[in-house]
Amino acid sequence: MEKRVIFRGWLLPICLVAPQLIISVVFFFYPAAQAVWQSLFIPDPFGLSAQYVGLGNFEYLLSDKYYRASFVTTAVFSILVTLCSMVPALFLAVCADRLIKSSGIYRTLLIWPYAVAPAVAGVLWMFMFNTRVGIISWYLGQLGYDWNHVLNDGEAMGLVVVASAWGRISYNFLFFFAALQSVPKSVIEAGAIDGARFWRRFFDIVLPLITPTAFFLMVVNVVYSFFETFGVIHTITSGGPQQATTILVYKVFSDGFVGQDLGSSSAQSVILLVLVGALTIIQFKYVEKRVHY
Amino acid sequence: MTYVSLNSVKKSFGPTEVIHGVTMDIKEGEFIVIVGPSGCGKSTLLRMVAGLETISSGEIEIAGVVVNDKEPMDRNIAMVFQNYALYPHMTVYQNMGYGLKLAGDSKAEIDQKVQDAAELLQLSELLNRKPRQLSGGQRQRVAMGRAIVRKPSVFLFDEPLSNLDAKLRVQMRLEIRDLQRKLGITSLYVTHDQVEAMTMADRMIVMNGGRAEQIGTPLDVYRKPSSLFAAQFIGSPAMNIFDARIENNTLQMGETIIAAIEMPDQAVKLGIRPEHFVPSPTGAIKISIKATEPLGANTLLHGKLSGMGQNITVSMQGVHELSEINPTMAFDVERENIHLFDASNGKRLS
Repeated sequence: MEKRVIFRGWLLPICLVAPQLIISVVFFFYPAAQAVWQSLFIPDPFGLSAQYVGLGNFEYLLSDKYYRASFVTTAVFSILVTLCSMVPALFLAVCADRLIKSSGIYRTLLIWPYAVAPAVAGVLWMFMFNTRVGIISWYLGQLGYDWNHVLNDGEAMGLVVVASAWGRISYNFLFFFAALQSVPKSVIEAGAIDGARFWRRFFDIVLPLITPTAFFLMVVNVVYSFFETFGVIHTITSGGPQQATTILVYKVFSDGFVGQDLGSSSAQSVILLVLVGALTIIQFKYVEKRVHY
Repeated sequence: MTYVSLNSVKKSFGPTEVIHGVTMDIKEGEFIVIVGPSGCGKSTLLRMVAGLETISSGEIEIAGVVVNDKEPMDRNIAMVFQNYALYPHMTVYQNMGYGLKLAGDSKAEIDQKVQDAAELLQLSELLNRKPRQLSGGQRQRVAMGRAIVRKPSVFLFDEPLSNLDAKLRVQMRLEIRDLQRKLGITSLYVTHDQVEAMTMADRMIVMNGGRAEQIGTPLDVYRKPSSLFAAQFIGSPAMNIFDARIENNTLQMGETIIAAIEMPDQAVKLGIRPEHFVPSPTGAIKISIKATEPLGANTLLHGKLSGMGQNITVSMQGVHELSEINPTMAFDVERENIHLFDASNGKRLS
């Protein structure tokens, strides 16, 4: 039986949903609509007038080789961030799950990095790897490796990936740990009696049982790497060197606010919006089917 | 021939000892039921045989080999868990074949063995289903199937029927026993249900507080319980226990002389099963009946001992209504049905 409250009149129900609606409209729908609207114009350099260009901004973007390069950069970056934040988290969760004593302390310590804001994390990593004063780059120098993420593409990418993934490991760890704890002990014992040793049991039994969690984390981490890593990239590399770490969301910022090309920036936001929406829908539609048993 | 032997097996969790030394020899093909109330250590004992718990001291031997330090997979055992512990993401076929796959059997061999087991358990139609699409009884069968395909040397059952409804439980009880006889595999079966223990066991271990109170055939335990605990745990409804004493070679309860028994004078606990009271106009035990429970084949009479005030339950053949029986009835008990236990330590005296 469905339980429904039936209201007489319209006033009360509208008042009840209004706060949610107002927040959504003011902070989400209005800016999104604004972005779509602006993406159809090219403003003059002083922002005093704008010329309607239809889909011109999009046409220009899709033929722009820097923009296409940014796509590739974003793909590489988000795959790396997702892997680097999920695999170590899973490994740590497996270790913590085997602990009987003091797992509480271990867990608490592992959660700390999550409390560090991305921009602060970026600064921390930037100092550690700073080419002049960074402690890690100094040690690397002692070992004979000349670390310079300011000039080297690969090192720059590596550093922003590590800095972005670092804090996420805590977050992913929490979810993986909870998922591992919810795998019935007797199922694992049955596996042990059937003849599977630890890692075999892990891959044959435990991993399939925690795939719903892993899938959820994958979606969340991909979205994170698309949007929330802005602070890390801005503090460490500012998109460089030679745009090697300019992911899409960073390009939106640098074209719009540094380059003052609001039309193109808006068009990029729209593309990004569609892209992430599509990715999420694809992930839920096709991958989810395989992970539920 | 001894096949599985437990030799003063003990288990401690930290400083707390939970199993205080169990010793038993199990013959090949025997069906042993470990029965006791919850928390008595019966599951722990079984898990020690399985290798899921370490053995704190003592030895467990399977097929002539001490297995204390062997992994579960190297003991050639199979276990059926209370919640079945089927792999939820695998089909019935995969569930049953997983152990074989790990053992390195070829695809054809696995198929042969799984099909055979499925036929034996009437699971052939269900091989492609996932566990969540099965009923409780079917899951139970799959768990059995997973255990038998590997042809283990020992079967371990950890309360396998306690999640089923009463009717299915009776049916599966018979099926498990039947299957075990057919395959002739030595089995250990843990349960808290004394009816399962009575009906299934070749021999049973009655456990209490981490000790084996009694090891014997169901009828041995029923006829000659070796302690007060075993006496009260086995048999339904439970045995009546009274404070009594031996004086001048007679068994007395209050002022009443129950029987003549040659024994030194002492305080005793007297046990009489409800079904062993024989109505007799001259009987020594007089009971004022307070309530009756007709069960069809027999009737339970609940009352108090006249002059003593102790509660007592009597089981009588046939149907008797409270209104139509004498409110005070007298009963006799045959000597062989009188159980006497030491009043201080509960051990059987005769």
